[in-house]
Amino acid sequence: MFPDNQTSQRTGYQQRQLSDRSIQWLFITPTLILLALFNIFPLFYSLYLSFTDFSAIGTAAPVWVGFKNFSTLLNDPQIWKYFATTGRFAFLSVGLQTVLGFALAMLLREKFRGSGLITTLILIPMMLSPVVVGFFWKSIFNPSSGIFNYALGYFHPASAPGPSWLDSSSRALWAVVIVDVWMWTPFVMLLCLSGLNAIPDYLYEAAAIDRASAWFQFWRITLPQVLPLLMIAVLFRTIEAFKSFDLVMGMTGGGPGDSTELVAVNLFRIAFEGQWRTSYASALAYIVLVIIMAISNVYIRNLNKVRGEG
Amino acid sequence: MKKRVILAWLVVLSLLLVACGGGAAAPAEPTTAPAADTPAASTEVTSTTATTSTAPTTETTTTTATSSSGGGQAAVSTGDVKELKILWAQWDPADYLQEIGKKYEEETGIKVTVVQEPWPSFYNRAFTEFAAKGDSWDLVVGDSQWLGQGSSQGIYVDLTDFLKSNGIDKTVTPATLQYYGEYPLGSGKYWAYPTEGDADGWAYRKDWFENPEEQKAFKEKYGYDLAVPKTWKELLDIAKFFTRPDKNMYGAAIYTQKEGDAITMGYENVMFSYGARWQDPKTNEVKGIVNSKESIAALEFYKELYTCCNPPGLGNAFFQETNDAFVKGQAAMAMNYFAFFPALATDATNPHAAVTGYFANPAGPTGERKAALGGQGMSIISFISPERQQAAMDFIKWFAQEENQQEWADVGGYTCNINVLKSPEFLEIAPYNAAFAETMTMVMDFWNIPVYAQLLTPTQSELSGYIVGGEGKADEVLNRLADTHDKILRENGIIK
Repeated sequence: MFPDNQTSQRTGYQQRQLSDRSIQWLFITPTLILLALFNIFPLFYSLYLSFTDFSAIGTAAPVWVGFKNFSTLLNDPQIWKYFATTGRFAFLSVGLQTVLGFALAMLLREKFRGSGLITTLILIPMMLSPVVVGFFWKSIFNPSSGIFNYALGYFHPASAPGPSWLDSSSRALWAVVIVDVWMWTPFVMLLCLSGLNAIPDYLYEAAAIDRASAWFQFWRITLPQVLPLLMIAVLFRTIEAFKSFDLVMGMTGGGPGDSTELVAVNLFRIAFEGQWRTSYASALAYIVLVIIMAISNVYIRNLNKVRGEG
Repeated sequence: MKKRVILAWLVVLSLLLVACGGGAAAPAEPTTAPAADTPAASTEVTSTTATTSTAPTTETTTTTATSSSGGGQAAVSTGDVKELKILWAQWDPADYLQEIGKKYEEETGIKVTVVQEPWPSFYNRAFTEFAAKGDSWDLVVGDSQWLGQGSSQGIYVDLTDFLKSNGIDKTVTPATLQYYGEYPLGSGKYWAYPTEGDADGWAYRKDWFENPEEQKAFKEKYGYDLAVPKTWKELLDIAKFFTRPDKNMYGAAIYTQKEGDAITMGYENVMFSYGARWQDPKTNEVKGIVNSKESIAALEFYKELYTCCNPPGLGNAFFQETNDAFVKGQAAMAMNYFAFFPALATDATNPHAAVTGYFANPAGPTGERKAALGGQGMSIISFISPERQQAAMDFIKWFAQEENQQEWADVGGYTCNINVLKSPEFLEIAPYNAAFAETMTMVMDFWNIPVYAQLLTPTQSELSGYIVGGEGKADEVLNRLADTHDKILRENGIIK
């Protein structure tokens, strides 16, 4: 009995030694180490590299050059052209996703037979790999064998065989926007739908008693209630649009010319693809990061304002 | 709690210090083209002076030879090297080289292993290893564009004396030795042995060309016989003649892809044949050369060929897409590297294989015939031990022998050996070999300096924008491109 008793006392003592805070640290430490190794360290190291002349496949060590990379980048009209293309893509793509996503959410708000299945089917595009989506939409846009122009010709026979989408500098960006909208509208819809479902019914009941019109209810109840979630969706999609890479590479490779050359695509070319200008690419990545942070800041300020009013 | 937070931050900061410290004061690596008389590789390895055609033995042998860097005499042994590792891209020719390697092992006891890396990651894998001065492989069969980086960064062993003293330089066509092996161009310094020759050529539908009705209609329309084109002008006529969108028939499937180097290679076929070049060979000046009147005419020609006769949807096409269009029966002619013609020569992958013919690039307005270079040369990596370098040289010497080059061609490799290229056996072994042999005497290449990729990116963008996207005029595009090239070359000290 004695040894058993002693063991149980020791175990109890040891258990008491592991305080709640120690257990917290025990669980948090591995995450912190991983975070430091794979997030914080690369973040600061790439910041350091952006002030140097360095190639990851070169044999020389980084050489400090100060702000030279940033100055060269910011004075390069070509880079601003890529930013302009990215901005255009983000504006068109996120704008259309917001309108269509919200509209779809409104349609699916009312439960009907099969609405669950339809919602699930609508969500499928955003579950696919962007590269795969890029490749199969490339086939869909093929002017001689793709279904896209076939469908256009069916509904509008006068336009047959239809335009070449990916081989035209004026249409290629639109083609990428169409695919991005197809892929990510469900994401906006999903967030809007959860916002719509969270609106309490009594608001509409009160409005109905006051004989408020459907339009008035939409402007004064539905939209303000959904707006915070809608803005979060827009924020996420804008950030993603600025980072868009795989879809464009799968569909156009940035061409024809520079018509679909987004910043992330160009960043890839500078960082890899034979160039391996690691420090220059790091500087560009930081410029992109600052721009995304600035945009996010504007969104978040407005979001807080909306929430405050809500 | 506060102490732990401080400790965590200390760990992060120390990681940063470890990562950032140590190298900042090191000198920058040279990015400019080295002077012709400056050996880049620091190796002291020597090459054999023996000219015997027998294979080296497995015994530890000591060979006395002139130092590869042009220095004095040194004795180098192959030691107990039992295996040679060769890095190459993952494709059929690498398998063929592995076959040849088995023969070498039978003869010498030294095992040859060809390490294959998929094409998209081939460059990255090779150069990340080189950056670490790794000795995972003894040899690399690298792209011609790698020569600048490989030689000026001390990655490749200087093979000049080795190739010359063994007479190997005389066994391959001058054009292949120059573009697969020489750096800087015209310097007479060689860093690679031309291993897998390749360049652009054409596949065509013989049944369409030889159809009497088509021949009659063509002659009525153009006033000369329908046959394999002798000039680019004729090629355009034929392409236009066979373009019949209502029947889903098009004249020529050509390179248009913006990724990599496809559209530049496609344009080069016409550009070089028109007498245009990328640079002044003596001064490296580009203004007035990249945008010369010959270049403008060549670019306008290529755009016309794309606009009139390229199958729809092939605005971003490379070797896979042009072959696909041909296999689908959409194209009368398809531009491609010879390395991808075996797929068109077999019924299993091309239903028209029996009626597919091949020809080399036609001539430009002045009669000049050139073809954009593909293929690779074999280089020795300088980071391996002197014994392994010697063993690698022994392998190249053995591989370069005519009988082994004949075998290399027999198994499917594209030899650059002059005598084998001329031999009736080679010319008859595959339907495209005659065109290949002809092409190997007229190859030319893009820049191969360390910053070639920086030159290639704007070239691809400008050409794709004009040819596929229809943006601007040829002279505007090439003026802009000349300015961009000039800026990059000056920044990197290539133009003084």
